[in-house]
Amino acid sequence: MSKKPQLDEETGVHTTGHAWDGIKELNNPLPRWWVWTWLVCIIWGFGYMVVYPSWPLITSYVKGTADYSQRRTVMKEMADIKASRAPMVAKLLAANLQEIQNTPALQEFAMAGGRAAFGDNCAGCHGISASGAKGYPDLNDDDWLWGGTLELIHETITVGVRSIHEDTRINDMPAFLDDELLSKQEIGQVVTLVMSFSDPKITAPKGADVLFEDNCASCHGTDGKGSTELGSPNLTDVKWLYGGDHASLTETISHSRKGVMPSWHGRLSPAAIKGLAVYVHSLGGGQ
Amino acid sequence: MSKKKDPSQRQGHSAIKKHDDTGDDTGLDLTPLDAKNLPDHCPDTNPDNITPHKKIRRARVKTVGKKDSHSLYKKQEKIYPKRVNGFFRSVKWALLTIMLLVYYITPWIRWDRGEGFPDQAILLDFMHNRFYFFAIEIWPQEIYYITGILVLSALGLFLVTSVGGRIWCGYACPQTIWTDLFVYVERFFEGDRNARMKLDKGKWTFNKFNRKLGKHITWLFIGLITGGAWVLYFVDAPTLFKQITTLTAPFSAYIWIISLTISTYVMAGFAREQVCTYMCPWPRLQSVMMDDDTFNIMYKDDRGEPRAPHKKGESWDGRGDCIQCRQCVVVCPMGIDIRDGLQLECIGCALCSDACDDVMEQIGRPKGLISYDTLANFESRKLGKQEKTKIIRTRTVIYSLLICLISSGLIYSLLNRSELSFNVIRDRNPLFVTLSSGDIRNGYKIKILNKSSEDHQYIINISGIDNMGIKVIGLKTKTENNMPLVMIKREEVRTLKIYLSAPIKDIKEHSTDIKFTVKQLNGAALDTENSSFKAPSS
Repeated sequence: MSKKPQLDEETGVHTTGHAWDGIKELNNPLPRWWVWTWLVCIIWGFGYMVVYPSWPLITSYVKGTADYSQRRTVMKEMADIKASRAPMVAKLLAANLQEIQNTPALQEFAMAGGRAAFGDNCAGCHGISASGAKGYPDLNDDDWLWGGTLELIHETITVGVRSIHEDTRINDMPAFLDDELLSKQEIGQVVTLVMSFSDPKITAPKGADVLFEDNCASCHGTDGKGSTELGSPNLTDVKWLYGGDHASLTETISHSRKGVMPSWHGRLSPAAIKGLAVYVHSLGGGQ
Repeated sequence: MSKKKDPSQRQGHSAIKKHDDTGDDTGLDLTPLDAKNLPDHCPDTNPDNITPHKKIRRARVKTVGKKDSHSLYKKQEKIYPKRVNGFFRSVKWALLTIMLLVYYITPWIRWDRGEGFPDQAILLDFMHNRFYFFAIEIWPQEIYYITGILVLSALGLFLVTSVGGRIWCGYACPQTIWTDLFVYVERFFEGDRNARMKLDKGKWTFNKFNRKLGKHITWLFIGLITGGAWVLYFVDAPTLFKQITTLTAPFSAYIWIISLTISTYVMAGFAREQVCTYMCPWPRLQSVMMDDDTFNIMYKDDRGEPRAPHKKGESWDGRGDCIQCRQCVVVCPMGIDIRDGLQLECIGCALCSDACDDVMEQIGRPKGLISYDTLANFESRKLGKQEKTKIIRTRTVIYSLLICLISSGLIYSLLNRSELSFNVIRDRNPLFVTLSSGDIRNGYKIKILNKSSEDHQYIINISGIDNMGIKVIGLKTKTENNMPLVMIKREEVRTLKIYLSAPIKDIKEHSTDIKFTVKQLNGAALDTENSSFKAPSS
């Protein structure tokens, strides 16, 4: 146990006088300023607790004399960023979509805003890569239901599809079986005809073209190429929103499809919608 | 660590009794101590009575670094290094002057890089992500040059340490340089060792106050220009200097200047040897680079022992050359006694060697009682063998080879540094897009860096699949044969989005290798990158 400090022969250092089972502790003293620094840090810590938020309480926390809040700092920083963006936002609002597209600085600004807005608002249905899913259009390709120009994309985002907006886009295809417009057998013939548009190996049954002419051509056109004005899909390409196989097409013609996209007017700022239009247009299919 | 070893064991002289060197082991009739001036445990003699060599005064000194305290905490005892003249001191003054001049002047060296680009020869431009070193300009993509330089510095340090011990610490470390400078200032205002000790012990007088004030103001001024020069490395020096003097500089500049002023003032003015002994990790690492052939500042105890005061005319037979004048101790900036052997605290500055040589010259003994020496030489002398200098050893050869290898690699890559580089990043989501015609499209982001000092146009060529359609978003310029042509200003990066589409019949595989080539129009710069084109696995 505790003895008097001795000089250790081997090392030339004194022991602390503490010994356990014959093991002696050498005393290599710590510099005193080090101890002081340590104590000052502790005092600093107490000061910190007084000045800054420190202890959690049941419903709140100790606020500290400086009344510092990281949350408030972030909010202020966000407000500052918004304020610093204001001149560019004003320019974006003043310019038309073509001008934005052709001015690199504006285009870059619109793209950045559009990318963020897309991730926050559109990716839920269209996917983060905008490649869509069954029932949700792929925005990367060159197949557009309502048109792929900057203006038409902007319009679609603004008014939505079957939305609450008064100018909403609606493409109303009848449910041919439910509404008793066609029989099951006739629907089967039309499906085969439609599939033959994009697959030359399939031969359309006789009489199917008459059924198509009477029931479908008014919207999809006699050639089946559809119309972006009516929002009627092109039936001759390889892209199918609800699937291009026999079963899916039978389902579509029998019961119709009623896809919905909300109107973003009022939900997103006009600048954000412009940014979205530029962004979606840039994904590769823009016309 | 090694410092705790008995020096006689370390140096292979177990026969020599370890002296406690307090002055009373001499067998001489010593004059009683002046109890007022010296602490109990540091008896000394009246120097005039016992040292017949007139000019050499035995110092009254207690070794600061001596381990005789039982406290768990050690108070920093102020060290009053005495002025010393000699070869190593002159080398140190010369190095100090050169290095400080380099440090203060470098930011002011100009280097013309043309309109709109910084004309500062050495500039670490973090704001624009560029490092400038005269003609060399380093981009963030080339950070490996900096890594290379840091690795080289480390290896250089290893090499000099294995050859000459703590040369870095003693001659080149900023801590040593600024401490030397601060001690010089201290000496200028307060006089040499004895005057300083007297001043510190004395009452506060107008004279003392003035001297201290002068010293601290000069220290703070040196600190201020140290921090002031530091910030000039990061922004255009004349502009920032003007801003600083007119108080219009960015806030961060002042923060840096103030922090470095305070740290210089504290580290070089007060902390001094504490930094080396307690804060710096380098002294602790260095011993692994040393071996028996490494030169270190050492006291040749085989020649110096047994030590004893010496009267002029007395025989040197049967005694060592150390006359216990303790000049080696009083000049030591680390406050150690080199005669205790190799010690952790020793920074290898060789000032004790200068002091000892001076004494040896006066008493007519050969110089070099304290000098750069190796443990192997101690052994050789003991065995009566020839002393040898063995600098070429396995470790020094390895360090040198590594230095040559890395520096030639760096020089080669600098000489062949391309002024054009680009990266291709293929879209991973979606992997590919099926177009309405059934064609497959892949998206790529291409980043082209024009690292040259002129604006250039570049042709983008992509090969690998027949009948590939190339669409570059936002790019209208094309060559005569319809290849995308992109204009990039000097020292700029341009990011472009490229869409490649190919008919399904021309795509043979799920993943086809394709090659991007970017070539300077009317120039030689060319770079290629490989990528792939993905398609559904039909």
